[in-house]
Amino acid sequence: MLKDDDRIFKNLYNDINSDLEGALKIGDWSKTKEIISKGRDWIINEIKLSELRGRGGAGFPTGLKWSFAPKEVGSRPHYLVINADESEPGTCKDRDILRFEPHKLIEGCFLASYAVNANKCYIYIRGEYYNEGIRLQKAIDEAYEKKLIGKNASDTGWDFDIFIHFGAGAYICGEETALLESIEGKKGQPRLKPPFPALVGLYGCPTIINNVETIAVVPTILRKGGKWFSSLGKPKNTGTKIFCISGNVNNPCNVEEEMGIPLKTLIEKHAGGVIGGWDNLQAVIPGGSSMPMLPKEICETITMDFDSLVNHKSGLGTAGVVVINKDQDIIKCMARIARFYKHESCGQCTPCREGSGWMWRMLERMAQGEATRDEVDMLMDVTKQIEGHTICAFGEGSSWPVQGLLRHFKDEILKRNKFDPVIKKERNIPYLVDQHLLEK
Amino acid sequence: MSLKKVSKEQPDKFEFNSDNLKLANKIISNYPQGKQQSAVMALLYLAQKQNNNWIPLAAMKYIAKMLNMPYIKVYEVSTFYSMYNLSPVGKYFVQVCTTTPCMIRGAYKLVDACKEKISNEQNILAHDGKCSWTEVECLGACINAPMMQINDDYYEDLDKNKASKIFDQILNGENPKPGSYRGRKNSEPEHNRTTLLGSKNA
Repeated sequence: MLKDDDRIFKNLYNDINSDLEGALKIGDWSKTKEIISKGRDWIINEIKLSELRGRGGAGFPTGLKWSFAPKEVGSRPHYLVINADESEPGTCKDRDILRFEPHKLIEGCFLASYAVNANKCYIYIRGEYYNEGIRLQKAIDEAYEKKLIGKNASDTGWDFDIFIHFGAGAYICGEETALLESIEGKKGQPRLKPPFPALVGLYGCPTIINNVETIAVVPTILRKGGKWFSSLGKPKNTGTKIFCISGNVNNPCNVEEEMGIPLKTLIEKHAGGVIGGWDNLQAVIPGGSSMPMLPKEICETITMDFDSLVNHKSGLGTAGVVVINKDQDIIKCMARIARFYKHESCGQCTPCREGSGWMWRMLERMAQGEATRDEVDMLMDVTKQIEGHTICAFGEGSSWPVQGLLRHFKDEILKRNKFDPVIKKERNIPYLVDQHLLEK
Repeated sequence: MSLKKVSKEQPDKFEFNSDNLKLANKIISNYPQGKQQSAVMALLYLAQKQNNNWIPLAAMKYIAKMLNMPYIKVYEVSTFYSMYNLSPVGKYFVQVCTTTPCMIRGAYKLVDACKEKISNEQNILAHDGKCSWTEVECLGACINAPMMQINDDYYEDLDKNKASKIFDQILNGENPKPGSYRGRKNSEPEHNRTTLLGSKNA
C-alpha cells in the first residue's frame, strides 16, 4: 500500500482546513518561485520524466501535450483551460479536489500556464457543483490577496489570471472541444479535430486543456521531482491516482492509491468489501460508465492501470469504480446507463443521436424479457455502427458499455429473452414499434 | 437529447436589477474584448436566479441585446443545457439522481418518497409552488449515493425515510442541513479509514 507520505492529496477528507492557511501547512505554494525560475523547458521536461498521463479519461501524456503549445507567443495569446466538468457516472474525484484541495489546483494552474505561455486560465466547472465553485472562488480570492496570482504572480514577473466558468448540466461539455464551444457561449457540440486545440482552441488561439486532477498533481511532482512520481506505480502507468469506489460496497469512498493496485485489494481493503461478500460480486465497471464492465473472473486478478485494463478490453478512464453485486439486475443497470447516454447525446452526429436511443430502448426491452433472440446480435450491430462514426469519443463512450454487457453477459440476456420471432404464434408484435411503450 | 418545454405564460418584460447589472458587467469583463458572448451562460444563471428560478423568453431577448448577439443563439444555449429552467419550478427544486451508481443503492426509493410527499408526476408545481421534483442524470457524488440536490445543496447518503423527513422540513419552511445523512465525513470510508490516519488524529 502507498505510504501516507507519498500521497499527494493530504486533505482529501478535509481533516485540515481547505483555506490558504491549511494549504500552506501541507506544503502548497512552497518553492513556487524557485520552480518558475528554472524555466519552461525544465518544467515540461520534469513532467515528461514523471510520465504523468492525463487523469480525465484518455490517459494522454501530459508533458507531451504541453510541448505541443507553440514555443513563442505569436499574435494570438495562449490559454489554459481546466476541465472540471466531471459528469461521468461513478466519478467524483474532482469534486473533492475543488472542495478540499483548491490551492493545489490553483498552484498547478499557475505552473502549467507558465509552462505553456498562457496568462489566462479558465476553469470550467459543471453547474451542479455550485457550492464547490464558490469554495474555489474563495480560494482564488485568497490567492489574489496574498499576491500568489494576479499581476507579477508570486513575485516571478509573470501575470496570471484565473476565471471560473460554470457549465449548465451538459455531460458532453467534458469533451475538450465541446467545452471550448461552451466557454465561447455556444451550444456544447464538439468540433472536428484536427486542428487540435493546442494550435486552434479557445477563440481560435492555442489552448491547453487538462483535467483537474492532472493539474493538481503538477506542483507536487515539480517539488518532489519527476523521478519520485515515476518510481510509483507501474512502468508507463506511473504515479498515484484517486479512485472513486461506489456501488454495492460496504464503505464507498474516494482513496488515493498507486497506479496498478489490484482491483480486489482496492475493493476489499479500502471500500470494506462487496456487500454480501466477494462471492456475491457480479461485475465491476472499472473506469466510469463509458468503460466496458468486467466480470468477476477478471476482477480477481486485474490491476488498475491504463494498459492492463486495455488488455482486457476495458479502460481505466476516470477510475470511477462501480461495483455491482448479484442482487442487481445487470441488464437493467446497463439500460439505465444507456438512458444516460441517450439523454446526454448532443445531437450533432446522427449515429450517436439516434443510436443511443435505439440502444436504450432495446436494452429496456431485454431487461423485461420482451426482446427477440436475433435482437441481441442486432444490438451488437448497432453499437458497431455508432463506434468510430462520430465526431467525438461520445460514440465510443455510449457503445462500449453495451458491448461489455454483450461480451460478458450474453447468456444472461438470451436466457431471459427466449422469444423467437420465427414461431409467430407466441405473440403478435407489430414490427418497428417501441415495445416498452405498449400497454401490457 | 432531451426535450425542454418553454412555459406558455410569459412575462412581457425582463430587466436585470441594479445588483445583477453590476455583476453582469463584471462577468463580461472576465472575457477578452469582443468575446462578450462567452458570458451568456453566466448571465442566464443570473436571470434565472432573479426570476424565481426560471428563465422567461423576455430575459433571453434582453441578454441577447446586452451581449450583442442574435436572440436565437441565446435561445439555442438555454434549450441545450439542462440546468436552465424554461418554465416555473418550485421554490424548493428537488433533483434526484437516478443514474446507475445511485440506482443500485436505491435511488428509486427516493423517487417514491418524492411521489408520496411532493407530487405523483415530476415537473409539477406542488404545494402552492413551494416544491417540485425531477429525475436527473449523474450529479457527481456517486460515493455518497443515493443523493439528491435541492436548489444548490447536495443531500447525501439518503434512504427513503431520511428523504421524506427532509421533504417535511422544507415544506414547513425549515432549511435542512446539506451533506451526508449517515454522519460520515465527506468522502472518507465510513467505518474504518485506511489512509491519511495521521491527519485524522492531528
